[in-house]
Amino acid sequence: MTSTTLGAPASDGARPAGTRRPRRRVPAAAVLQYLVLGAMFVLLAGPLVWQLSLSLKGPGDDLYARPPRLFPSDPTLTNFVDVLDRVPVLHYVGNSLVVAGIVVIGNIVGATLAGYALARLRFRGRKVVLGLLLSAMFVPVETVIISQFLLVRSMQLQNTLLGVALPTLITALNVLLMRNAFAAIPKELEEAATIDGANAWQRFLRVCAPQVKGVITVVAIFSFVGAWNDFLWPLIVLSDDSQFTLTVGLNRLRGTFYDDPRLIAAGTIVALVPIVAFFALLQRYFFRGLESGGLKG
Amino acid sequence: MAQPTVKDRVAAPVTSRPARRAGRDGPASSTHSLWFTPWLFVAPAIVVVGLLVVYPFINTLVLSLTDSTMLQRGAFIGLANFERLFSDPRFATAMLNSSAYVLCVVPLMVLLPLVLAVLVRGNTRIMGFFRTTFYLPVVMSAVVVGLVWTNLLGKQGLVNELLQWLQVIAEPVPFLTDRWLLQFSAMFVTVWMGLGYYMVIYLAALANIDDTLYDAASVDGAGVVRSFLNVTLPGVSNTMFLIGLLSSIAAFRVFSEVYVLTNGTGGIGGQNLTMTMLVQREGTGLQAQTGYAGAISLVMFVVLGAIIAVQLIVQNRQEKS
Repeated sequence: MTSTTLGAPASDGARPAGTRRPRRRVPAAAVLQYLVLGAMFVLLAGPLVWQLSLSLKGPGDDLYARPPRLFPSDPTLTNFVDVLDRVPVLHYVGNSLVVAGIVVIGNIVGATLAGYALARLRFRGRKVVLGLLLSAMFVPVETVIISQFLLVRSMQLQNTLLGVALPTLITALNVLLMRNAFAAIPKELEEAATIDGANAWQRFLRVCAPQVKGVITVVAIFSFVGAWNDFLWPLIVLSDDSQFTLTVGLNRLRGTFYDDPRLIAAGTIVALVPIVAFFALLQRYFFRGLESGGLKG
Repeated sequence: MAQPTVKDRVAAPVTSRPARRAGRDGPASSTHSLWFTPWLFVAPAIVVVGLLVVYPFINTLVLSLTDSTMLQRGAFIGLANFERLFSDPRFATAMLNSSAYVLCVVPLMVLLPLVLAVLVRGNTRIMGFFRTTFYLPVVMSAVVVGLVWTNLLGKQGLVNELLQWLQVIAEPVPFLTDRWLLQFSAMFVTVWMGLGYYMVIYLAALANIDDTLYDAASVDGAGVVRSFLNVTLPGVSNTMFLIGLLSSIAAFRVFSEVYVLTNGTGGIGGQNLTMTMLVQREGTGLQAQTGYAGAISLVMFVVLGAIIAVQLIVQNRQEKS
C-alpha cells in the first residue's frame, strides 16, 4: 500500500527526467541480458544437441576431428538400429511405463480420497493422521530404503514391477497437496449437496473432485516423472534384466558400449524422446504445479 | 441449483438428519455419514505410508542396533555399528564428499537460478522459449544426463577436444578419473540439472513483488544492479531460504550423478563414494550388512534433520532482526 502511494505520484511528476536515464541504459542491459541468456541456452541445450549429432554420425565421421564438427558428414540411423538390436530399450520403456502407470493411478486415487477426508470430513483421529503424514514427508527415502527392500522381499515382490511401484504408490506429499486443494473449495458448494441428500462419497465424486482437477493433473504429472526417472530404488529391487526399468537398463549402456560414444548417444536419445514429448505436451502444468507449491522433495 | 438450497436451509436446520430421511426415499443415499466413512477414505494412504515409510523407519532404528545381514536377522549389539562407523575410512570419505557437495552446490543453486529468473521474466514468446529450454533438464533422468556428460567429459569427449583445439590445454583433463575433478564434474552435472527447477520457483516469487517498487526505485535513480539489490533480493529472501533448504537436502543425498559418472564404482578405490552410495553398497546384495547399512542411513537422517534445523533457526533469527 505504501509503495503504491510512494510510486504513483512520484512517477507522474518525475517522468521527463526519470525516463531518459533508464531508456539510455536499457539497450546495454538488454544486450547483456540476451548475451547471458544465449550462453545459458548453449550450455543447457548444447549438450543435448551434441548428443543428437553424435547419435547420427556414421562410421565415415571422424568423432575426434578438430575443430569438432556438429553436422555429421556421414549421417546414418544405424546407431539407433544397433542399440535397439543389442539392448532391449523398448522393453525397458514398456517396464517404466507400467511402473509409472501404477504409481500415477495409485496417487490419483489414494491421495485424492485421503486428501478429501482430511480437508472436508470431521472425524476423531484426523489430527493424528495428518501428523503421521507430515512426519512421513520428512523421512528421506535413503533412511528407509534398505528396510523397504527387506519388506518388499518378504512380500515376495523383489524383482517385480509392482515392487518398484510400491513405495511411491501413495506419497504423503501428494495427500497433503490434495488436502490443501480440497480445503480451498467454498463450504457452500458442499452444504448444498448435503442438503440435497448426497452422502460423503457422492459429495466427493460429484461435487469436490471436479473442483480440484487441476491439482489432480499436477499430482499425476509429477508422479509420472518421478517414477519414470527414479533410479536408486529400481536399482536395488530389480536384479533380472527382463524387469529392468529404463533408468536401470540405460545405466548398463556404458558397460555394453564403452568404446562407442555413438551408440551411447543413440541410446540416450531414444530414452529422452518420450519424456521430452511428454513435457512439451503438458508444459503449462509443470510450471503451474511448481508455482502452486507442488515442490518435489 | 441455488434456489432449492436456500429454501431447504430455511426449512430445516441442517444436520445430517434430514438428509438421511430424504435418502430413505431417494436412491442410494443410505450410507450417509457412517462413523467409519472417513476412515475408508484415508485407509489406502495410511496403509501405504504406514507400511512403506513408518514401519521401515522403525525397522531401520532396530536394525542399526543389530548385526543383521541380508540373509539373517542378527543379534542385538548395542551401538557397535555406530562405533564402527568412526573407524571406517569409507564412511569418512562419503561424509566428506557429501558435505563438500552441499558446500559447493548450494550457493550456486541459490544464486544462479535467481539471476536466470530475473533474466527470463516477461510474457514475450522468446522468454517463454528460454524458460522452457532451461527447465528441460529437470524432467530428464539423472542417469540419462549422467550418460550425456560422460560422453562430453571423457578423455576424448567434446569438452577436452574443444579445449585442446583452442589450445587452452595440451593434454586431456581427467574430468572423470581424478578424485576432485570427478567430484566437481558431478556437482556441475547436478547444478546443470537443477537450475531450471529452482528458476521456476524464483519466477513465482518474483511475480509476487509489487511492480510499483521497481518504479519507485528507478525514479530514485536506481539502475539495474541497485534495484536488484534493493527490491528483488529482499522480495525473494524467503524463497532463497526455501531453496537453500531444498538444495542442501538434495545435495547431501546425491546418488545418481556420481554413480553414473563413475560407472557405479564410486571412483578409484571408492574415493568418490557419497553417503547414499555407501548405504546402497552396504545394504544390498547377498553379502549386505543390513545392520551396518541401517546405522549409516540413520546418520544421514540425523544430518538432514540438522540441516533443516539450522536453516529454520537462521531464518527465524533473520526475520526477527
